[in-house]
Amino acid sequence: MNYEFHWNVVFQKMPELLQGAFVTLHVSVLSMVLGIVIAVFLAIAKMNNKPPFNYMASTWIEIARNTPALFQIYMAYFGLGAFGIHLSPYMAVLCALVFINAGYLAETFRGGFQSIPDAQYNASKSLGMTNFQTYRYIILPQMFRRIYHPMTNQFVWAILMSSLGILVGMNELSGETQRFQSLSFRTLEFFMVTAVLYYIITKFVLLSAALISKRLFRGEI
Amino acid sequence: MIKVQNVRKSFGDLEVLKGIDLEVQKGEVLSVIGGSGSGKSTLLYCINAIEKIQGGKIFVDDIDVHAKATNKDKLRQKLGMVFQQWNSFPHMTVLENVALGPQVVKKIAKEEAIEIARKELEHVGLGDKFDVYPTKMSGGQQQRLAIARALAMKPDYMLFDEVTSALDPELVGEVLDTLRLLREDGMTMICVTHEIAFAREVSDQVAFFNQGVIDEIGRPEQVISNPQKETTQSFLSKVLS
Repeated sequence: MNYEFHWNVVFQKMPELLQGAFVTLHVSVLSMVLGIVIAVFLAIAKMNNKPPFNYMASTWIEIARNTPALFQIYMAYFGLGAFGIHLSPYMAVLCALVFINAGYLAETFRGGFQSIPDAQYNASKSLGMTNFQTYRYIILPQMFRRIYHPMTNQFVWAILMSSLGILVGMNELSGETQRFQSLSFRTLEFFMVTAVLYYIITKFVLLSAALISKRLFRGEI
Repeated sequence: MIKVQNVRKSFGDLEVLKGIDLEVQKGEVLSVIGGSGSGKSTLLYCINAIEKIQGGKIFVDDIDVHAKATNKDKLRQKLGMVFQQWNSFPHMTVLENVALGPQVVKKIAKEEAIEIARKELEHVGLGDKFDVYPTKMSGGQQQRLAIARALAMKPDYMLFDEVTSALDPELVGEVLDTLRLLREDGMTMICVTHEIAFAREVSDQVAFFNQGVIDEIGRPEQVISNPQKETTQSFLSKVLS
């Protein structure tokens, strides 16, 4: 045990690392927003049982949930590249994360919809509410509450998985760390600091989510 | 007036209503009694157009309920319904539960809708529960909330589907008292119920359902106190013993 830590090299590169952290947060937020929108359509398509949309949705969900994220990123970057579609590293990682988020969240949403008892639907209809009003005021607010925490888990997953961007040369947090450690050979120091930064980002996201949920969901479920 | 004419209803191969005829005049109370699976609750769901029918006709104030052209959402505003399972909306306060219908369906201004909700809640004895969430209340209170929520829509008719069946015995009384209150207000009601004594006390008509048909219908002193059919007698002797 005679390793000598050199933290100064790392701290000098802090602005770049923070810039990388920002890209990490950026890509994961965007992948969640797009993923949620697509997931709603996938969930509805799968529940409606109307070909060919239900088959398309099922195929999407199956692939997204049962293949490694690394494979999705390679497909987006090198796979599409083979067909002459050249995505930037950022776009490739974004596409892959959106694809996977949508697949996982679709199943979460489907479970959420199905967990609302028929009685809620009947009670709402019996008041004379239209289908749209029933979904708007009764079903969706309750569904959203039930899937809120699984959804934040997916968010954390997206943040951590964006680190695979390192493999296609993306300039997110891990990519930047990789670049600087190979220049300075302070591998341990750089990755330790990066790990702390990831921890701070995910804690920040989880804490914000908890605060938001306190404001949104006053009632009991 | 609610008019049910030769109504047939099947779930798949199982026919649960095999030609039901009855009429409820304005201001009348009809109680429907009978064993489980006899089709009592299904009839209410058909009157409210939550379930489709396969034959016959149902009229509410001369509106053909199951006609294609009928706006079912509009029709349901005339028909308040309270279900066996207390289905208050758990993500809203008691007051919001009751104000929602008038506000969203009838497009009444928020302050006015809240005023209506306050009145209806006080009427059923929940004047001190406005800001409570329904899951914090007892089953009896939730059931009274469901009644207030239906009444806030100012319906012409109320349909009650075994509203006391899921309650602990000591809570049944407060809900039945609320129904008696409605009776005094002159509300037209159809009550599917297992509370035979209550049915005898408040009803103008009692219908005994048996396996999808009405075996006996008439004044309570006739159907309950002096039943003519053997099936009615045996049912009553079982539930009253």
